[in-house]
Amino acid sequence: MSSVLTYLIVFLIGGLICSLAQILIIRTRMTSARILVLFELIGVFLQAIGIFEPIKEFAKSGITVPIIGFGASLAKGAIEAVAKDGILGIFTGGITATAGGIAAAVGFAYLFALIFSSHSKKT
Amino acid sequence: MDKEKMNMAYSKFVENRLPKTKFFPSLLWAFLVGGLICCIGQGIFDSIGAIFPSLEDKVVQSYTLIIIIFLASFLTGIGVYDRIGNFAGAGSIVPISGFSNSVASPALEFKREGVIFGVCVKMFTIAGPVIVTGISASILVGIIYYIIGLF
Repeated sequence: MSSVLTYLIVFLIGGLICSLAQILIIRTRMTSARILVLFELIGVFLQAIGIFEPIKEFAKSGITVPIIGFGASLAKGAIEAVAKDGILGIFTGGITATAGGIAAAVGFAYLFALIFSSHSKKT
Repeated sequence: MDKEKMNMAYSKFVENRLPKTKFFPSLLWAFLVGGLICCIGQGIFDSIGAIFPSLEDKVVQSYTLIIIIFLASFLTGIGVYDRIGNFAGAGSIVPISGFSNSVASPALEFKREGVIFGVCVKMFTIAGPVIVTGISASILVGIIYYIIGLF
């Protein structure tokens, strides 16, 4: 597959997922927290029934960059850890797989919150 | 009965006062910005893969997400990301950068309430539900797969 086509697919799928969320926001006035939770759970579900990986093969970052990918790696981590460690994996799998993302989000947010100050009140 | 009527009238009043989002332009912006962020992600993914060809896809994927999260919290810090969010709507919320923004933005905004009760507490106003439901869902999936594995 040529790389231009890959980027086109990534753009279209990523854009489509976001416009779907935008329709939900406009029609139901969902808050961003609910949108994030909803799409994360969609990712968990897709991974749990085993169709996330085939979609990922095709859509690449178009599906892994949206929060759906975060949900999918939570579920994937749990599934793999259960296969390896049994009952312990139920508890360790999800967080282990997404530890990088959560730690980065918290760590960088803390760092930049200490460095910068709020802009929202100035404008 | 009267109270119900009043509530309905109030809801209607609020509905009229809320800023009207134009349906199609906002949809287009969400599509463009969302697609663009995913393409940037793919670009980072391909670049890391090209520079370090020995890395597994899974590892490259994690680095990609961490870089996007870093960029998004930096852009939130300098006040750019929230400005993008004003017109991009879901296009800036649904990608993982939106998750990063949802952590960094309240952390910054409540800085003046102190580091512990401002930054550290408010950081999780949006990320909290995401992490709690995510972990709970992953435990549920783990239990289901464990039971399936028994047979």
